[in-house]
Amino acid sequence: MAQYDTSESVRDSDEFIKGLWRENPVFVQVLGMCPVLAVSNTARNALAMGLATLFVLVMSNAVISLLRSFVPRQVRIATFILVIATFVTIVDYAIQAISLDLHKALGAFISLIVVNCLILGRAEAFASRNTVGRSILDGLGMGVGFCFALLCLGAVREILGSGSLFGIPLFHEGFQPWVVMILPSGGFFTLAGWLLLFNRLEQRRSVSAPAAAEALQ
Amino acid sequence: MSQGPSVAVETPAVWPMYRAMVGVGLLCGVLIVGVFQLTKPVIARNRAEALQRAIFQVLPDARSSGSFRQTAEGRFELVDGVSGRGPLVHGGYDDAGRLVGLAIEAEGMGYQDVIRVLYGYAFDRDAIIGIRVLESRETPGLGDKIETDSAFLQNFERLDVSLTGDLAAIANPIVFVKRGQKDHPWQIDGITGATISSAAIADMLGRSTADRLPRIRSRLGDFQVAE
Repeated sequence: MAQYDTSESVRDSDEFIKGLWRENPVFVQVLGMCPVLAVSNTARNALAMGLATLFVLVMSNAVISLLRSFVPRQVRIATFILVIATFVTIVDYAIQAISLDLHKALGAFISLIVVNCLILGRAEAFASRNTVGRSILDGLGMGVGFCFALLCLGAVREILGSGSLFGIPLFHEGFQPWVVMILPSGGFFTLAGWLLLFNRLEQRRSVSAPAAAEALQ
Repeated sequence: MSQGPSVAVETPAVWPMYRAMVGVGLLCGVLIVGVFQLTKPVIARNRAEALQRAIFQVLPDARSSGSFRQTAEGRFELVDGVSGRGPLVHGGYDDAGRLVGLAIEAEGMGYQDVIRVLYGYAFDRDAIIGIRVLESRETPGLGDKIETDSAFLQNFERLDVSLTGDLAAIANPIVFVKRGQKDHPWQIDGITGATISSAAIADMLGRSTADRLPRIRSRLGDFQVAE
């Protein structure tokens, strides 16, 4: 699990960048797996869920950071849940106002953002100990990283499972969709594939980085 | 009895906890109510538009519609909006304001959860002429074929729901059959790989038509007043 450096020496831009790749919530921290596997059956659903989580993460991080000196330690978790649930309710209403079809497709998983451990984890580990600006950057980075990961899964599953991307057909009529890819088991297969690729890239990076440093000396 | 050295236990101050919980609770409550009030008319409009689209899909000849609810006396009364208790029957009217058909809501248990559908009833042809799934959580790629499988949807281009001479019952109740075994116009050809979901549609239509069509046909005049 990644360690969080809250010292002043960490640049603000690092708070944003770390969530995209180095501490990616899905591919590295393996957090929030419930929506990752359940609603990544199409790229559109994955993007919508990613954006909804991004909004909740940024807003709850900002508010929790703002209230950090006002909320006593003993009631902090209850307060965090209250703030997160409020923004999830707002997202729920907003999606219903934007598109009922999208709301129907995401189903109960919008409400379940409340219990996404990524959001509560960032609130407790970061937002409750850092300034509003840094907390917003952290939420943005983690949210964009989560959204990116969901989109990676959704794109692969939709291309193989339906032969389309964002509803646009990609193959000729003879293409036989791999139905298993849009079923729950397809979520596990795709996640395993991405984790394999991500870890392979990280391994190669960790091997090549010291070698490059040695060459410079 | 001897007393040991007393240990000072620091009790947390209660007031800051109350202040934080009540303060944050109030703030969150105000935010939720504000967003609810802001989005309520838009959501209601979206729902009404989705229902309107579904009505025109199952009644292609209709140009306008009106919603009715059956009263305790058995009469169908025009209602404003779709809120309230009891299922609705939507009358479809052509440009001249003549009743061309009725869109009826039905629901039943599918494979995953309750499926809600709207079906178009053409009383002059004694047939169901279209169906639209309003709500379904059937398995993606399998059960959700009830919304997309063209061969299955062909069943509802003219599904016979003729009534007996005295309009008291359906002459031939709707029957579900396996794909390729349909011999009669009141049978529904199922979907291979989505048998439970397609059988659920046949079952809910069978129950709804047997219960509602005799009552609707005997009071068809109630729907003529909409335009």
